[in-house]
Amino acid sequence: MDEFNVSANPHFRSPMTTGSIMRDVLLALTPAALFGIYNFGAPALIRIVVSIAVCVLAEYLFQRGMKRPVTVSDGSAAVTGLLLAMNIPSTLPIAMLIAGDVFAIIIVKQLFGGIGQNFMNPALAARCFLLISFPAAMTGFVYNGVSSATPLAILKPGADAAEGTVSLAAEFLGTTGGTIGETSALALLIGAVYLLARREISWRIPAAYIGTFAILVFFLAPGHSFDALYLAEELCGGGLMLGAFFMATDYVTSPDTPAGKLIFGALAGFLTFIFRMFGGSAEGVSYAIIFSNLLVPLIERATVPKPFGYRKPEKTEAAGKEA
Amino acid sequence: MRKRTFKGGIHPFEGKELSREQKTVMLPADEEMVFPLSQSIGAPSKPVVAKGDHVLRGQLLAEPGGFVSSAIHSSVSGTVRAIEPRTLATGGKCMSVVIENDGKEEETEFHPASLESLTKEEILRRVCDGGVVGMGGAGFPTAVKLAPKNPEKIDAVIVNGAECEPYLTSDFRRMLEDGEALVQGLQVILKLFDSAKGYFAIEDNKPEAIAHMRKLTEGMERIRVVPLKTKYPQGGERTIIKAVTGRELNSKMLPADVGAIVDNVDTVYSIKRAVLDGMPLMERIITVTGDGVKEPKNMRVHLGTSYASALKAAGGAVGTPEKFISGGPMMGFAMYSLDVPLVKGSSCLLVFEKDPVSRLQESACINCGRCAAGCPERLLPARLADCSARGDLASFDRLHGLECVECGSCSWSCPAKRPLTQLIKSARRQLLAEKKKAAMQAKAQAAEKGGQIRNG
Ligand code: SF4
Ligand code: SF4
Repeated sequence: MDEFNVSANPHFRSPMTTGSIMRDVLLALTPAALFGIYNFGAPALIRIVVSIAVCVLAEYLFQRGMKRPVTVSDGSAAVTGLLLAMNIPSTLPIAMLIAGDVFAIIIVKQLFGGIGQNFMNPALAARCFLLISFPAAMTGFVYNGVSSATPLAILKPGADAAEGTVSLAAEFLGTTGGTIGETSALALLIGAVYLLARREISWRIPAAYIGTFAILVFFLAPGHSFDALYLAEELCGGGLMLGAFFMATDYVTSPDTPAGKLIFGALAGFLTFIFRMFGGSAEGVSYAIIFSNLLVPLIERATVPKPFGYRKPEKTEAAGKEA
Repeated sequence: MRKRTFKGGIHPFEGKELSREQKTVMLPADEEMVFPLSQSIGAPSKPVVAKGDHVLRGQLLAEPGGFVSSAIHSSVSGTVRAIEPRTLATGGKCMSVVIENDGKEEETEFHPASLESLTKEEILRRVCDGGVVGMGGAGFPTAVKLAPKNPEKIDAVIVNGAECEPYLTSDFRRMLEDGEALVQGLQVILKLFDSAKGYFAIEDNKPEAIAHMRKLTEGMERIRVVPLKTKYPQGGERTIIKAVTGRELNSKMLPADVGAIVDNVDTVYSIKRAVLDGMPLMERIITVTGDGVKEPKNMRVHLGTSYASALKAAGGAVGTPEKFISGGPMMGFAMYSLDVPLVKGSSCLLVFEKDPVSRLQESACINCGRCAAGCPERLLPARLADCSARGDLASFDRLHGLECVECGSCSWSCPAKRPLTQLIKSARRQLLAEKKKAAMQAKAQAAEKGGQIRNG
C-alpha cells in the first residue's frame, strides 16, 4: 500500500501554464505583425523572423552554457523577439536588431535570473538601448519608398506644418510610417480584445494608461486642448496601443495588486503625455513604461489589499506590549 | 437577480456528473469496526467501555473529554476487541476502540421526542449526547457551535449545501433524498435562535436540489432557499456567510460574531436524528468517485467501516490508481493506506488513476496575479509563498498570511504550478505555533511579576 502518491492539497490544477499564456500573447500579436508585413513588405517579415529566432537561440545557448534548465519552450523569449521586432523600423540594419535581441535576453532577462526576475520589460529596454545607441537608424522611417515623418512627429507641438498631414483613418488602419508593429491601431485592438476576453490581461493597466493620457491631452495639450481630432490622432499614433495593451501589461514588470495596476497605468499615461508633449522626441511610450517599471516594487509595497473581513486592529494591551 | 456570491474564487473542473445521478446505497458494516477517539476538534474522547465488553448499536463508546470534544457511539453490535492506537486516514495514529461486529445489529433503545416538547437546553443536551460534530470536515462539536454567547443576536442559520468541492455529490443526494429531515433539522436549530431566519444555501449547479428544497419549504415563514453562484470555495464558512448575509469575518472571529451559524447538510441531518429520533451519530453519507473507481457511488456508511470496503462496494479500482484522497480534490488529503476507518468528518473517497500533480513541472513565478485573483481572502499568495520559502514569518504576518483558509485556489490557478498553498500552510502553522508560544511566555512572565496566576 505504500506506493500511493502522497502530496499536499490541492490535488488537481488548472490546465493553464506559462507556455499557454505566452502562446495566447503571440496569437494576440499576430494581427498587428501580419499588418506590419503587409504594410512594410519583406523587410518586416525578415526582421520578425530573425528577431524571434535570435531571442530563442540566445536564451537557449545562455541557459545551456550556464547549465541552467532550458526554458525556451515557455514561449517568453519568442514573445520578446516578436515585440522587439514590432518596435523597430523595417529599415533597421539586421545586425543592430540582433544586438538588441541579445541585449534583451542576456542583459535584461537572464542576468537578472531569467523569467520572472527582470525588472524591466526586455523588449522595451532593448528598444531604448537601440534608440540611444543608433538614434538615426531607429528614427529614420521610410514609407512606400520615401523617407517620411511618422504621424506623431507631424503632430508634435511646434512641428513644422510643412512636414505633411495625417489622416485619422490611415492612422487607425495603420497605413502610415512607423515601427513594424505599431502603426495599426485596429490590428492591435483586435489582439487586445482577445487578451482581455481570455482574461490573460486585466483591463486595469490599459484603461488607466489610455484614460490618463487621453484626459491630459484633451485638457492640457499645448495648442490643442479640447481638440477631439488631435486626441484621436495622438491615441492611434505611435506606440501607444502597442505599449498600453502589450508591454505595460507584461506581468513580470507590472504590479500584482489591483490598485497597483491602476496607479502604474496612470503613471505610464502621465509620463507618456509629458514625454510626447514636452520631451525631445515625438515618441514617449517606451521611456514612460520603462520608468514606471522601475517604480513597481514601490507601488507593490504600497498597495497590499486589505484582506477579507479586515477590521482595524484594536489598541489592546497585548498589541501595546508587542510594540 | 444577481446570484449571491463572494469576490475572487475559481472555476475548477466539477467532475460531479460521475456520481450525481447515483442514488445513495447502504454500505454493509465490516467485521472489524474501528472508532478513533479523536473525531472532532478539541480534546480526545474518553472511552467508557473496556476490552471484552459487549456493546449494542447506538451504545456510547466514549464520552467527551472536555468542553470542546464529542461523544462517540458504536454503529454496530458486537464485542470490544481492543482499545489501541490505529492509523487514521491522515496517516497519523490515534487511540481507537476496535469492535468485532456480531452482525446482529442489536440496538440500544432510542428515545424520540417532538420538537414542541423540548426546551432549548434539552435540544443542546441531545445534540451533545448524540456526538454530533461538523461533518463538512472541520469537525467542530456542534453542541458548542449551537451555544454561542449571544443567541439572541443570531439572525441567520445557514445550512451549507453549496458543496463547492469538485466531485462531491453526497450533500446533493442528501438534499434530494432526505429533504424533509433537513427541514426538520433546520427547524430544530431555529428553535434555539428566536430572531433567526433559516437559509438553505445551495450552488446553482444543483437546480434539482434548489427546486426540491423550495417545494418542501414553501410557505414557511422562517426558512428561505438561497441559490448561490457556482464557484469554489463558495461553501467555505466565511464565503457562504458573505454570500447569504453580506457580512465579512476574519480569522479571529466566529460566525456568531456576525450573527450567523453555519452547518453542513449532513450535520443538520444528524441534528435531526439526534434531537427528534434520539439516535446518536452512527452513520454518514459519502461519495466514492474519481476516474480510478469502477462504479462511482454515493453511499451511507456505518462509521468505523474501512475506506477499502467503500472502494470495494463501488466496484473496486480501475487498474492501479496512483492517488487516493480523503475528501475533495481541493482540500482533501492524500492517503497512505485504505485500511483506515471512515470517521465523522469523512466526506469522500476520491481515486485518481493518474496523479496529475506529480507530473507537474514547477517553473518561475511570472507575477501574473492569478493566485491573488482567485484568493477568496484577498491575499497575495505569491508574496506569502515567497516569505514562507525565505522563512520570513514577520513579513508573512504583515501580509496577513494568517487569514489564509488553505482552500487551494492559489495553487490551482498558478500557471507556473508553484505549490503556493503548501508553502503558505507551512508558514501559517509555524507562525501560529510561535504566537502561541509567545503568548504563553507572556502569560508566564506576567504571572511571575504579579506573583499570582490570573484565571483566564
Ligand atoms: S489557500 Fe490561502 S492564500 Fe491560497 S487562495 Fe486559499 S485562502 Fe488564499
Ligand atoms: S499565479 Fe503563480 S505565476 Fe502567477 S503570480 Fe501567482 S505564483 Fe506567480
